[in-house]
Amino acid sequence: MSIEPQIAVSPAPTSSQGRRLGRGVSAVLGFVVTVFLTFLGLLAITFFIGRVIPIDPVLSVVGDRATPAVYEAAKVQMGLDQPLPIQFFNYVVGVFSGDLGKSVSTGRAVVDDLSRFFPATLEMATIGIFIGVALGVPLGVIAASRQGSVVDQVIRVVGLLGYSMPAFWLGLVGLALFYARLRWVGGPGRLDIFYDGLVSPVTGLILVDSLLAGEVDIFWNAVSHLILPASVLGFFSLAYIARMTRSFMLDQLSQEFVTTARVKGVPERVVIWRHAFNPIRVPLITVIGLSYAGLLEGSVMIETVFSWPGIGNYLTTALLNADMNAVLGSTLVIGAVFIFINKVSDVLYRVLDPRAR
Amino acid sequence: MAPLLSVQNLRVSFPTHRGRVEVVKGISFTLGRERLGIVGESGSGKSMTGRAILKLIRKPGLVTADRLEFDGVDIRSQSEKQMRAIRGARISMVMQDPKFSLNPVMTVGEQIAEALVTHEKLPRRAVNERILAMLEAVRIDDPQRVAGLYPHEVSGGMGQRVMIAMMLIPEPELLIADEPTSALDVSVQAQVLDIIDDLVTSKGMGLILISHDLNLVSRYCDRILVMNAGTVVEECAAGELDKAQHPYTRGLLAAMPVIDESRDELPVLDRTQWAGT
Repeated sequence: MSIEPQIAVSPAPTSSQGRRLGRGVSAVLGFVVTVFLTFLGLLAITFFIGRVIPIDPVLSVVGDRATPAVYEAAKVQMGLDQPLPIQFFNYVVGVFSGDLGKSVSTGRAVVDDLSRFFPATLEMATIGIFIGVALGVPLGVIAASRQGSVVDQVIRVVGLLGYSMPAFWLGLVGLALFYARLRWVGGPGRLDIFYDGLVSPVTGLILVDSLLAGEVDIFWNAVSHLILPASVLGFFSLAYIARMTRSFMLDQLSQEFVTTARVKGVPERVVIWRHAFNPIRVPLITVIGLSYAGLLEGSVMIETVFSWPGIGNYLTTALLNADMNAVLGSTLVIGAVFIFINKVSDVLYRVLDPRAR
Repeated sequence: MAPLLSVQNLRVSFPTHRGRVEVVKGISFTLGRERLGIVGESGSGKSMTGRAILKLIRKPGLVTADRLEFDGVDIRSQSEKQMRAIRGARISMVMQDPKFSLNPVMTVGEQIAEALVTHEKLPRRAVNERILAMLEAVRIDDPQRVAGLYPHEVSGGMGQRVMIAMMLIPEPELLIADEPTSALDVSVQAQVLDIIDDLVTSKGMGLILISHDLNLVSRYCDRILVMNAGTVVEECAAGELDKAQHPYTRGLLAAMPVIDESRDELPVLDRTQWAGT
């Protein structure tokens, strides 16, 4: 007597297969178009804001004592004499042929700069988010399953500390203690000075490159430099992830189906991890994805304290020097990271939640 | 023969800002392998009674009783671990709304299997056979397909039949049905109750049917407890409901419409009559 939704039962399997293929193709097309439009929008907004703000990129190149003739020549050379729409068009054409222009502050192509700076941030952020997830999720689950207990209070205080402690302060204290006093970790920078430049960059990730080159010493040196800043970043995402996990779990633990599981006589550990935790994986992915994207933007504070050549530092320096090509390039990379992480989350939703399929 | 369940002076209370509030105020009853109906309005404490029997009232809720015995086992002194061996395997509970009481990210088959293998270690194939047989027993025509569905893919009536299958598959001796049909369409209510009734009778189980529907309970139960504000105000055989004494029960009965109604307006409960209880 009950009415169930029809589940792909079609009399003609070939036509249904064809339809499914067609749907797959249009889904991919739709995806490409969305990404393309998002990118174009991002480019347009950053480009026009960069051009209308009252800073003069020409001035920052020629200096304020240049003669008008030199100034004009530089302006023409930089293409800034053209009308804005033409400038934008030229820039977009350049972007799609892999040319992000030249950075006025480093004197190199922005693409080359980014391929040096972004991997440094990527490496640190990835280890950071791993620490944040590996500790934050279990802590949140434990806190929720013992709501109101001492354990819960301690975890909440740790979370609050992670929220309220300034990053640079934690970084400095960490350096003073673990590097200067205890000598457990490496100091600022990605490597000790005498290892610098020994491995040729393939991926730009020193951990990967050193292993590819078979340089185990360099690998461990990089680890010792990476572990402190990554832990500081990890601590901040841990605080956020643990808090969110706790509140998602509390919400689930009061659901009727959790009581159902208990009625069945299922052990509490299974009640918590299978029945309460599994449904929160989808919102957790959103939280983790956004934290990761946030870390990949680069933290200027952490990068400054640890002399880390990351994208946060690069972008800030570029902004201060009115180096618009570098700003646009960095924004593009960060935008791409957000779009990519969003799309990966979308795919994971569908894998983890039958209701989203 | 000793009763299956005997409850004496059961009290359930919760702390609030203004001190502890008792939601069940000392109720007593015994149950054999029979069908007992508990009726009462919202907040009368009937669901809390069901949960207290399974020891599912969580802190800061507090349960006390002079006696709470199931088949000679003192529920009050059972540890959480001992209770897990009783829950599902010996006492089970069908919950109100399958929309909320089934896990949204597990298939129907997985959830039924979990209820079984928690208590019985069986080879995979035997588990599957039992699941299919159980789904057939709750009158699901296409058990193989339904076992692979997720709860959001089944209707309310089918969800509740899945719930019954899940709660009966470890073959418990007592089933508590906590408003099993109030979330369902009127047209499927009778079907679901017929299934519960058939299975309970054929397996010789005890049944506690919690409901707010007097008619329903008198049709499917042998005995009826009427609860109001945490106490039992009336206890009688289902057939003798018309001889009920307590003004609350009489009021409820009077408020029920009958076919060929001659009254212009149905009476409203006059709560002043039993305010002292």
